[in-house]
Amino acid sequence: MQIIETGNTAAALGVKLARAQVIAAYPITPQTPLTEKLSEFIESGEMKAEYIPVESEHSALAICIAAASAGARSFTATSSNGLLYMHEQIQWAAGARLPLVMCVANRGVGAPWNIWNDHQDSISQRDTGWIQIYANDHQQIIDSVLKAFCLAEEVMIPVMVCYDGYILSHTHMPFDVPDSETADAFLPPYQPPYALDPADPANLNTVTMPECRPDVRGDIAPGYMEIRHLLQHDLIEAIPALMRVEERFRAVFGRGGNPYIEPYRCDDADYIAVSLGSLSYQLHGVVDALRAEGVRAGVLSVHLYRPFPDKIIVEALDGCSGVIVFEKALSYGYQGPLCSDIKSALYRHAQGRPFVTNYILGLGGREITTQDLYEALKASCSPDGGAGEETRWIGLKLHTRGMQT
Amino acid sequence: MKTTILDLPEEELVEPGNRACAGCALGIAYRVGLKALGRNTLLVVPPSCLTVLQGLFPIAATKLPSLNVTFASTAAAATGLLAALKATGRTDVNVAAWAGDGGTSDIGLQALSAACERGDNFLFICYDNEGYMNTGVQRSGTTPQWAITANTPLKGKMQPNKNVPAIMAAHGIDYVAATSAAYPLDLYDKIKKALTYGGVKYIHIHIPCPPGWGFEPRYAVKVGKLAVETGLYELYEIEKSQLRHTGASLKLMEKRRLLPVENYLRAQSRFKTISDAEMEKIQDQITRKWEGYFKSSEEAQGGE
Repeated sequence: MQIIETGNTAAALGVKLARAQVIAAYPITPQTPLTEKLSEFIESGEMKAEYIPVESEHSALAICIAAASAGARSFTATSSNGLLYMHEQIQWAAGARLPLVMCVANRGVGAPWNIWNDHQDSISQRDTGWIQIYANDHQQIIDSVLKAFCLAEEVMIPVMVCYDGYILSHTHMPFDVPDSETADAFLPPYQPPYALDPADPANLNTVTMPECRPDVRGDIAPGYMEIRHLLQHDLIEAIPALMRVEERFRAVFGRGGNPYIEPYRCDDADYIAVSLGSLSYQLHGVVDALRAEGVRAGVLSVHLYRPFPDKIIVEALDGCSGVIVFEKALSYGYQGPLCSDIKSALYRHAQGRPFVTNYILGLGGREITTQDLYEALKASCSPDGGAGEETRWIGLKLHTRGMQT
Repeated sequence: MKTTILDLPEEELVEPGNRACAGCALGIAYRVGLKALGRNTLLVVPPSCLTVLQGLFPIAATKLPSLNVTFASTAAAATGLLAALKATGRTDVNVAAWAGDGGTSDIGLQALSAACERGDNFLFICYDNEGYMNTGVQRSGTTPQWAITANTPLKGKMQPNKNVPAIMAAHGIDYVAATSAAYPLDLYDKIKKALTYGGVKYIHIHIPCPPGWGFEPRYAVKVGKLAVETGLYELYEIEKSQLRHTGASLKLMEKRRLLPVENYLRAQSRFKTISDAEMEKIQDQITRKWEGYFKSSEEAQGGE
């Protein structure tokens, strides 16, 4: 059924279709309408699940971790400082190999306080062992939530579905909501490989030594490092696993295709702009304008950020002379993390390397005008487009008080 | 009904030869506590001495399913287990959390308070060895005043301890109890009774700690008993807001004779710097407190 609703509602409908059994959440802008909608579904009886209104994000994820350990499909959602407050639990969930799904309505982090969109919150959780998927529109939000449960349960790794706060979370857009029978056909009930059970007692997440140790029968069990290696191995294996999920999704719903990246006019492009989330679609118009002027530009939207599909990205960038990375996040003291990741991928896999340059923009919801994007991309679409400062900022107003440098 | 040692279930749910320190009173409390909880239980354990007692992967000393969780999240994790049990139709399974005093009164208090307010149905046990013993004896919210710890190394802790059972009782939950590893049958009966109530139930267990408190391993029970017989630590329960003493503390009410607190304090090296004047002050506080109890008990009897 085609409806016009907000991105948060799209996420909530995805969670409902996924038949999540345990939901715990703490209010934070701009995530709140998502979890309000879920509590409404549950209170009205439209959805059967346990909804726990917790006192903190740390507890929200604690509940999901425990519920998944006892065999229930579990979901939470947050933004910004809420996500940062979960950080310990985020690492724990990945280490414990629990198939949780969490939506992140992306928002800038404090200090200073800011409630508007950028990607610093989820990008700062990059190295936690979670799978990270970025959605560009409402259809991708609802579809990604369904796929996320499917993927998480196949590889036993938690998945973060990220979408832009306000720009997507609070705007109304048309999207298709599958009926529940079709969704059930895609995502059957969760069959946990192990669930805490008095009939089959086990101690989970016990202290694990640096070295391998024998059990009571003398069989050698893995040490901490082997267990962590397995997480890394399985994250890399999650890349092909996501394609299997995508193919099943397409077979059931008739849409989808490339779960890793979304290239736009990249095939013959000399210069390719790269970004995460809704910004990618804003760049489509910019590329169209440049194409009209005879500049062969394209846009590469990255959907799967972790595990990083490096070979797939390098293949998509193959043959271009310049890569221009637009980012709403920063590894403070260096450059945009996506820029670093792409350079790293090119170093390893590309033959003739294009230049890579980096624009930081839209932090804390700073307006991103299409004119600014056009001027930045146009300036970079030349053989010496990578010259000068590698990381530049768009939309900065440095004439303000105390900012003259 | 009072359980005797003859009535305790014979089945052991904690393996012998675990990694607890010699003379650890948690070993007594955990062994008897799990007998009271029974096999049909899921445990939640945050980082603490119990994590060590439970053993190092891939060997476990606990025969019940047990979930190790992050330090601040014990009570929330218990709620998560309950939610999953409910969502998967297994509503006959008990959920019990075992946290230390730091994991309860300090870092774990927020999540525990929230679970009380929501009325989530699990038993929360705080085993109180009065400090961060697992990390090498640092002060916690329940470390008593004047105790030497690794981060109050010369003068001892300056502040009195938190009264955690009173904080828990202030949530209006149906069952709060204080007990001691030195009185395992009192502990057993309290866990059994707690399980008859819904919502969060809270049991505080006094756990003498030989290396942390500074006494020989063989004296753990003796030190625990001295804490009660001097009137410093009380065995009681608050059942639907009604407080009553139990076991050895109830006997103190009848006998009206407290041992001098000096007997307890001088049995442990952690109180070695306490002055006679401070000890007198503590004795005075205990004496006045118990005189108050005696008086209200007389009034209650007079009124009957």
